[in-house]
Amino acid sequence: MLEVSGLTVRFGGLTALDGLQLRAAAGELLGLIGPNGSGKTTFFNALTGFVPVSGGQVRFDGKDITGAAPRRVAACGIARTFQRLRLLSELSVFDNLMLGLHLDLPHGPWVNLFARRRLAAAVRERAAEARELLAVFSPALAGRLAEPLRALPMIDRRRVEICRALVRAPRLLLLDEPSAGMTPDETAALMDDLHAVKARRPGTAVILIEHDMAVIERVSDRCLVLDYGRRLCEGSFAAVSRDPEVRRAYLGEA
Amino acid sequence: MPVAAWPALAAVAIGAGLAAALLLVHHKAAVLAVLAVGAALLVVAQRTRAGERAAASAAAHPRLVPVAVAACGLGLVMLLREDNFALLMLCTVALQTLAALGLHLQFGYAGVANFAGAAFLGVGAYTAAVLGGHLPSVLVLVTGAGLAALAGLLLALPLLRTRGHYAALITIAFGLLLRTFLEVNDTLGGPQGLKVPGFTLGGLAFNDAIVFDEDTEWSFYVPYAVLALALLGATHVLVRRLERSWIGLALDAVRVDETAAAAFGVNGGAWKIAAFCVGNALCGLAGALLAMVTGFVAPPSFAFGDSLVLVSIVILGGIGNPLGLLPAAFLVVVLPEKLQGLQEYRFLLFAVLVILVLRLRPGGLLPRRLRRWPGLP
Ligand SMILES: Nc1ncnc2c1ncn2[C@@H]1O[C@H](COP(=O)(O)OP(=O)(O)OP(=O)(O)O)[C@@H](O)[C@H]1O
Ligand SMILES: [Mg+2]
Repeated sequence: MLEVSGLTVRFGGLTALDGLQLRAAAGELLGLIGPNGSGKTTFFNALTGFVPVSGGQVRFDGKDITGAAPRRVAACGIARTFQRLRLLSELSVFDNLMLGLHLDLPHGPWVNLFARRRLAAAVRERAAEARELLAVFSPALAGRLAEPLRALPMIDRRRVEICRALVRAPRLLLLDEPSAGMTPDETAALMDDLHAVKARRPGTAVILIEHDMAVIERVSDRCLVLDYGRRLCEGSFAAVSRDPEVRRAYLGEA
Repeated sequence: MPVAAWPALAAVAIGAGLAAALLLVHHKAAVLAVLAVGAALLVVAQRTRAGERAAASAAAHPRLVPVAVAACGLGLVMLLREDNFALLMLCTVALQTLAALGLHLQFGYAGVANFAGAAFLGVGAYTAAVLGGHLPSVLVLVTGAGLAALAGLLLALPLLRTRGHYAALITIAFGLLLRTFLEVNDTLGGPQGLKVPGFTLGGLAFNDAIVFDEDTEWSFYVPYAVLALALLGATHVLVRRLERSWIGLALDAVRVDETAAAAFGVNGGAWKIAAFCVGNALCGLAGALLAMVTGFVAPPSFAFGDSLVLVSIVILGGIGNPLGLLPAAFLVVVLPEKLQGLQEYRFLLFAVLVILVLRLRPGGLLPRRLRRWPGLP
């Protein structure tokens, strides 16, 4: 579904991504690991049009989306979260989720300003769907749909961000370190959440950036190790964690 | 348990009462007393959570409250029917609020700061001066709005290429440019300005006093005030609906985090331009009608200072809450007229007011609330 070949991103003299090769198939959860600054977030940013691509190609469902603007990438069915949460904290949980649905919502003046009954019916329907989606992660969170986002604890904010990326049923979901800043209990809950995502959207491919090896071990089907913007190795978690180069570069062994 | 209607009705009545008192009193001491009462009521409303009760009650009676507001508006006009000066002020307040609604849409929702509000008012006003008498008045108003939106479109490209303070500077430059243009352009009357024909509707000329008999004569401002308040009311309802819709959400997303919005397919540039144009159209509409009310336009009425007045109305009122604009406009427009000798110091007064409000109520007189979606409790 996703085929990345030779993807290169340079920031001035710094090569953050260096000829990256990567594939992800429908329904697969690919773990993306690598030391700090190895280019993981840059890969997401290049894929979703937030940083310019210096070389290589990205194909999604056969279409060339190399260097496409964020809007076009979103329209293809690729949704992401951000390493440092980018939620609309002054708005409600519902508002945040509905941003994820933007491309499917009607924005004409008639529907929005005059056909208020139709709008109300649509809003009720969307709210029911949103509640249902949140309940997959946490029933308590589903009850807080109308609350301001900033009233939520960290774990629930992460969940809202993941749900925001899920509402439009994306074909490819990019998760950038969802466990960052979480307690071990919260991380355990997050792993259950990821299993729930996989069960709920079996056709969705997921690429998960994660520092916590326990999470990668438990949820990923396959993983890929990045180092200095290059693919160091790829395979099942067991195979990757045995690789001597990975142990040296990443797990800090001599 | 059904929510009672009276807290909302009481709030409307109190608001109308304060407005009437402020427009009717003349003595400096009396003006200050009205202000003190208003401030005290605001504090009490906050302490006792009466404001929230009024808001909840207004939400529970979406049909009754607009009727009450309309009735109070009409009542106010009737009360002042023979007082030219008070009615002129009421018209000015209503139309400045209408223009501020435009700015509020731009800044409060889409996050586009506009320091050239008066210039867009000016585009509407000069449209009324040039086209008035040649076209039906309603068409003149519509054209004024349209031309103001078009003029704003000139700024669209530079606005999209710059951000934050620089975008604000562009609007300031545009305002100064337009004023200079008006001053040197002889067909537009140069520094002397132009006369503006009054509003006519189906043979009814708004500029004629309404004479019943020798003793009863209503000010010619009465129909203008009714028209201005009606326009304001209708626009307010539309802006409210816009906020509580998918459009309002898209605009909020662009303002709060354009990057996150783009990741979900929001075209930030298009939304900002759309909001900028609609807001400027409202300014143009207000400017065209205001020119007809005063019967005269000249460049000094569309100076940078007048743009700042509009901005201070938006900040005072509460960025993102259109309801606060009306009381803010009352303060900003009526106070300098009432407090003799203050005219020269009015910018100082606005500055102090803005600082006070931001200090005591950082969200403005009536801060923004979470979006209340139609269909959700
Ligand atoms: N917009 C940018 N401009 C310049 N340099 C950048 C930019 N974004 C990232 N970099 C640099 O590119 C390199 C890769 O950064 P990236 O954020 O992709 O790392 P990462 O693998 O996500 O690391 P972490 O685990 O810390 O999140 C770093 O050296 C970083 O400083
Ligand atoms: Mg990163």
